[in-house]
Amino acid sequence: MTQRAGVVEPPLLEPDDTAGAATSSGGRRLPRGRSATSLTPTSGLGLGVALLWFSLLVLIPLTAVLVQASEGGWSAYWDALRSPQTLAALRLTVGQAILVTAVNVFMGTAIAWVLVRDHFPGKQVLEVVIDIPLALPTIVAGLVLLSLYGPSSPLGVNWANTSVAVFLAFLFVTLPFIVRTVQPVLLEIEPEVEEAAASLGATQFTIFRRVILPSLTPAIASGAALSFCRAISEYGSLVLLSGNLPYSTEVASVRILSYIEGDKLTEAAAVASILLIVALVVIVTLDVISRRVARYG
Amino acid sequence: MGDTAVSRTTTQWTLRVLVVGYLTLLVIWPVALVARETFAHGLAPVLDALRQPEVIFAFELTLSAAFWAVVINTIFGVGISLLLVRYTFPGRRTLNALVDLPLAVSPVVVGLALVLVYSGRTGWLGGSLEQVGLKVIYAPPGIILATAFVSMPLVIREVVPVLQEIGTEQEQAASSLGASGLQTFVRITLPAIRWALLYGVVLSLARSLGEFGAVKIVSGGVAMRTQTATLLVEERYQQFGAVNSIIAYTAAFILALIAVLALVVVTSFRPDKGTPR
Amino acid sequence: MSIKIAGVGKRFGDFTALEGIDLDIATGELTALLGPSGGGKSTLLRIIAGLEVADVGSVEIEGVDATGLPARKRNVGFVFQHYAAFRHLSVAGNVGFGLKIRKRPRREIKSRVAELLELVHLSQFADRLPAQLSGGQRQRMALARALAIEPTVLLLDEPFGALDANVRKELRAWLRRLHDEVHVTTVFVTHDREEALEVADRIVVINQGRIEQIGPPHELYDHPSSEFVMSFLGPVTTLNGHLVRPHDLEIETHPFDNAYPGRIERFNRVGFEVRLDVRLTEDDQAPPVLVTLTRAEATAKALELGVPVWVTPVANASKVRITTPPTLASDGLDVSAADSVPQPTFS
Repeated sequence: MTQRAGVVEPPLLEPDDTAGAATSSGGRRLPRGRSATSLTPTSGLGLGVALLWFSLLVLIPLTAVLVQASEGGWSAYWDALRSPQTLAALRLTVGQAILVTAVNVFMGTAIAWVLVRDHFPGKQVLEVVIDIPLALPTIVAGLVLLSLYGPSSPLGVNWANTSVAVFLAFLFVTLPFIVRTVQPVLLEIEPEVEEAAASLGATQFTIFRRVILPSLTPAIASGAALSFCRAISEYGSLVLLSGNLPYSTEVASVRILSYIEGDKLTEAAAVASILLIVALVVIVTLDVISRRVARYG
Repeated sequence: MGDTAVSRTTTQWTLRVLVVGYLTLLVIWPVALVARETFAHGLAPVLDALRQPEVIFAFELTLSAAFWAVVINTIFGVGISLLLVRYTFPGRRTLNALVDLPLAVSPVVVGLALVLVYSGRTGWLGGSLEQVGLKVIYAPPGIILATAFVSMPLVIREVVPVLQEIGTEQEQAASSLGASGLQTFVRITLPAIRWALLYGVVLSLARSLGEFGAVKIVSGGVAMRTQTATLLVEERYQQFGAVNSIIAYTAAFILALIAVLALVVVTSFRPDKGTPR
Repeated sequence: MSIKIAGVGKRFGDFTALEGIDLDIATGELTALLGPSGGGKSTLLRIIAGLEVADVGSVEIEGVDATGLPARKRNVGFVFQHYAAFRHLSVAGNVGFGLKIRKRPRREIKSRVAELLELVHLSQFADRLPAQLSGGQRQRMALARALAIEPTVLLLDEPFGALDANVRKELRAWLRRLHDEVHVTTVFVTHDREEALEVADRIVVINQGRIEQIGPPHELYDHPSSEFVMSFLGPVTTLNGHLVRPHDLEIETHPFDNAYPGRIERFNRVGFEVRLDVRLTEDDQAPPVLVTLTRAEATAKALELGVPVWVTPVANASKVRITTPPTLASDGLDVSAADSVPQPTFS
């Protein structure tokens, strides 16, 4: 899965939804919708075609998941979710995802800080390194992690087929998210604001805590939401790395796959619906956060 | 007080070491190890692996599916970007948020979703499609669909900010000089977004080449029929034998190489975003 | 008549940008739409261009009803404040764009572009990209581009707003000379009164969506029809319930006919000019009266800080009675409503 900094900053449009000359800091748009016109017949047709494509590709299939999940009614839905193996999978998935997100909040901010504020030879390489988890096929990611943390590890550890493997896999694939949401915000901070705080007597730590961190919080929150969502969705890297052992290293996505392979589409859809709902919640949260941020300029 | 030049540099160094160490342990070293493992027995076995018909087929299938997915997503992506930025209509905000959906959804859910709709046996549309001769699930069209799904937002997310930034003045100027909508689009808008478009296409391509979970579900992974490069890696790794292992690592290495190359292209041609004001 | 505008109105949501606009612009005239920011003048210009559609009213260009025509069919040349250069085309490519769209033969485009680049003194930059030019050069290119299509009307939206003060002055004079040479009906929008006064044949003052006054510069300056026009076009001060120009006040250190007594409260020399704040004796609650005169005059009359003086408007001074209602403080003393009228003290 590949994403870039712009990609990880949802939503695409400023809340006022008017295109107009944007300032370089992505600030306020024109208050009046001068540059956004209403639909003409041609563009109306274009919109129809685009919506059709979007529906056939995305909307209808995702709706089918929700429909299939409700096929047997509430009781079947809860039964599918409450099966001990599924519960274990969900617990593992959510638990590790939360843990990983917590680590990412700290490390992601630290990495963004070093990228923006520090200068040393080879720093540019780090920029590419951070995006590798996004660009790398997940199955290859599994292979990559296996080489350092699996049976033939030069470190002497062997965490394959343990829950540590799940933790590592999640950590790997979620690496870029908080970094890429925080980085642009750090870049935008005017040094004058920090200088003013320093002239008023604040220490470096105080400046970070009271001046910088507050402006980073929305970015960190967005990144954390994306990171969590990505972690619970992960599949490919776990296939080779975790062994997918029921009750110990089996995650929700693997559960869904076994249901599909067993032709139990309703059960599969039930578990999938959980993941889907979380995804929707994350997207809405991000939309709300960014709208609130834009209000403060 | 308690903020001396020394303590500032200590913090700086600590962070630097922490970050570099973290990234080394998590990304750099493991990736390097895979590269080493691929060539552990020299170049010859790798080249042999690349000559295997299954390997060649897998990559051809992957490339062709990725190509079509990217073409579809570019055409519709540019269209949707223009609609989102230059026009207002009811539901624009919702569409804007929904466009991000494929990035947040698990690949396994994607696979399931596509199977539910396009499966020949039980799918909503699959049955009728199969009757007119279009087999989607367990056939290349399904692979293309799955690939298109997961990489859909990438072109849009690159193009939209640029469209917003350049504003409509150039387009208005062209209009005032007599250009029609199409002429304005071809001569003014497209050239203005060409870099963003390129980035979006490169990112889409990398993403499409690397898709695993969704493709596994919709394709069935039959070698020489519907097995993509990523599925090949999985199959061969799980089989015994040195030859299979080399094939798995070789395919993985090629995929990783393409991914990193795509990244380098995008990062180096971007205007510098790493230096603060 | 080159442009006939009748009954034009335009709203953006709750905001009324223009209301009841009637305007005739003669062929070959250089007209300025002058007014404060947000007053509606850019909107009006864009409606003439066809970049914006009026809610009510009609626009006629050279006898043809253009109200329903899109911009590209109106044959108007439009110049934007921020140049709107086609960044990926060279200067020559930009200038020739309109002709290329009209599918003129290549040789014709080449010669016309060369001609225009010569006119705007950018010939040596023909193959450069807009990013390599200065702001002033880019704007000249934009002008050449608009003129290339031989427009019926040339419209400029705050064309010099994004430029340095010096470049602005230069280009202002240059625009006037260009117009004298090319004689295209030209309408430009500005909030800079000096620009309008210096360049235009006629000025249309627009404020809050309505036309305040139309006329040649000297008429608007000498015979303003309202407080707004008077304060917008030049410095004003208040005396005896009227707005007067500070340089139209006679001041002496002894009493004379109809003069109001006062005392010099502030004495400022700005270059060759002397600016005085005179606090009137009869009304020391009102803001002081601003009087400007040359240094020579001030010395001749022995004016100094604190000195008692007498002031009155000169014989033919332009005056406008203040009718806007008084604002806050001055309880009972309904002398000057000057608070609600801008009192610029710059020259």
